[in-house]
Amino acid sequence: MDLSRKTLIDLYTTMLKIRRFEERVVREVYAGNVPGFVHSYIGEEAIAAGVCVHLGKEDRIVSHHRGHGHCIAKGADMKRMMAEIYGKKTGYCKGKGGSMHIADFSIGMLGADGIVGAGLPIATGAALAAQLEGKGKIAAIFFGDGACQEGEFHEALNLASIWKLPLLFVCENNHYGVNTSAQYSLGAGEITRMPEAYHIASKVIYGNDVELVYRTAKEAIARLREGQGPFFLECQTYRWHKHYLSEALEDLRPTEELEAWKKKCPVAAFERSLLARRVLTPAKIKAIDRRILEQVEEAHDFALASPYPQPQDALADIYSL
Amino acid sequence: MREITYEQAANEAIQEEFRKNPRTVHLSTDLAADLQKEFGADRIRVTPIAENNFVGAAIGLAGSGFRTVCNLRMATFGFVAMDQMMNHAAKITYMFGGQAKFPILIRMTVGAGFSGAAEHSISPYSMFMNVPGLKILLPTTPYDVKGLLKTALRDNNPVISFENFLIGKVTGEVPEDEYLVPLGKACVRRKGSDVTVVALARMVYEALQAAEELSKQGISVEVIDPRTLVPLDRETILKSVRKTGRLVVVDEACQTCGAAAEIMALTTADRGAFEKLKSAPARVCGLDIPIPFSPPMEKFALPDQAKVIKAIKAVLRQDRPRV
Repeated sequence: MDLSRKTLIDLYTTMLKIRRFEERVVREVYAGNVPGFVHSYIGEEAIAAGVCVHLGKEDRIVSHHRGHGHCIAKGADMKRMMAEIYGKKTGYCKGKGGSMHIADFSIGMLGADGIVGAGLPIATGAALAAQLEGKGKIAAIFFGDGACQEGEFHEALNLASIWKLPLLFVCENNHYGVNTSAQYSLGAGEITRMPEAYHIASKVIYGNDVELVYRTAKEAIARLREGQGPFFLECQTYRWHKHYLSEALEDLRPTEELEAWKKKCPVAAFERSLLARRVLTPAKIKAIDRRILEQVEEAHDFALASPYPQPQDALADIYSL
Repeated sequence: MREITYEQAANEAIQEEFRKNPRTVHLSTDLAADLQKEFGADRIRVTPIAENNFVGAAIGLAGSGFRTVCNLRMATFGFVAMDQMMNHAAKITYMFGGQAKFPILIRMTVGAGFSGAAEHSISPYSMFMNVPGLKILLPTTPYDVKGLLKTALRDNNPVISFENFLIGKVTGEVPEDEYLVPLGKACVRRKGSDVTVVALARMVYEALQAAEELSKQGISVEVIDPRTLVPLDRETILKSVRKTGRLVVVDEACQTCGAAAEIMALTTADRGAFEKLKSAPARVCGLDIPIPFSPPMEKFALPDQAKVIKAIKAVLRQDRPRV
């Protein structure tokens, strides 16, 4: 399956957009300018980009605490994302959610969820909605190796299996829950043994290769749209930053392991490949990057210029009318 | 007027609302046979025994434009779904800045008095009152359960209906014509002038019997059934206490941090009601113990008509000297 030139450039642009957005956020967090907890997606960009490119607005996704990448890949507005991260009134959630809870229901982004594993049951509902609507739409749930340790994971696999839900399980296996290795925490050893036990088709891939993610997700999603039941895609990857961005938090992962994975940077590897294949030139890459950096700066300026909510705004939105 | 049971009335509410709205789904571990016969297996679904998962699924359905009823059966099984109810259903309308609606009706039974032992005998509504974002029903009659559930099925928020296990077979008048019961409107079940009794869930029946008994002794008891705890009809309660000057709250849930404590607090914190109080308000609640299995111990742990009468008489005896 050859990817078109346009697709390749789109994938690269999405990955770079996530990277530059996240770099800006990291800088501001460590400068002390961002309230709360921020979980960086740097290092895992290929997964969100390679999966979400196959999804339309009516396909719904549910994300997790490390969710900025999924939002951007699904087409969220970086301005409103940045404003939310800063707690501004113009943010996606009017400053009531923050980095961990960005949602944009208008593009089928049903929200990032801060409780590990909790998005899985919610996604089964989104998938059931797609099944009942019968228009070939699907749902995708992003989660990590940590979520595979929760009971909700098994409940969601079971439900998706018996109801043949059009649900794509995207396991972003970055090998650690905070500082605890999945090798220690997962009695099943290989994660895909668990979906297999529930008769859910699965595949393990190297998640830093965006073209591989793209091709595997494409096949999986085609099956889902035909009503062949759920699919489990495990993408092996690594996060470059600590669990969340904080001077106080320790990173107990082996330094050499982190350094080795940084050498496998999904963005740089793809860039090299595109240059070698002459899909892009250094000049073109520079132009794309410049444009993205401008957009990120615009988003940041927008966030800074936006007003904070009024204290009394805390009293609105507890209930829908 | 025809009389039907509480359970039949509840079922009618779901039937009527599901007929109006095809984007409705019913999830339960048990087959709701009547509903499935009418609406089909796609919409009336039997779930695996995974309460947390199907409450979560209701959230995902809601976020995708569907309205869902989750029947968790008993509150004790509701505890298994706490993550999805407390961390998510209650909060996501707010946390996402009101950009989506989450119409979910969660039903579960509460109460004790059937030798269910500690796990299955519980009335945990006050725990849910402590988590903003949920609406909480406490329907006590066939008429109310139908009207309240119908209103809940048109509400765009997560609503939890706590239905007492022992009143499912109670019969009562239910009109054939459509009607709704609004949330946040208490019902004065019996008018009286000497003491206000606010009774919750099945205790409404115990309080009404106590009131009847006391009327023979010349004591006039007003019995208020709040019907919904969130929103709570503070005004009806306050108005009554300002009138009678005496308050007894009856609830079979444990006393500590219960709904009864909240009702007493809102009354004593209201200057108008406080100034009219002739004696200290009293609570008649379940003891702060896990509910025991054996009938004599269980009866000892729960409020009943006799305990309500005793409390009312004590409140009447303890009137402050008038200044």
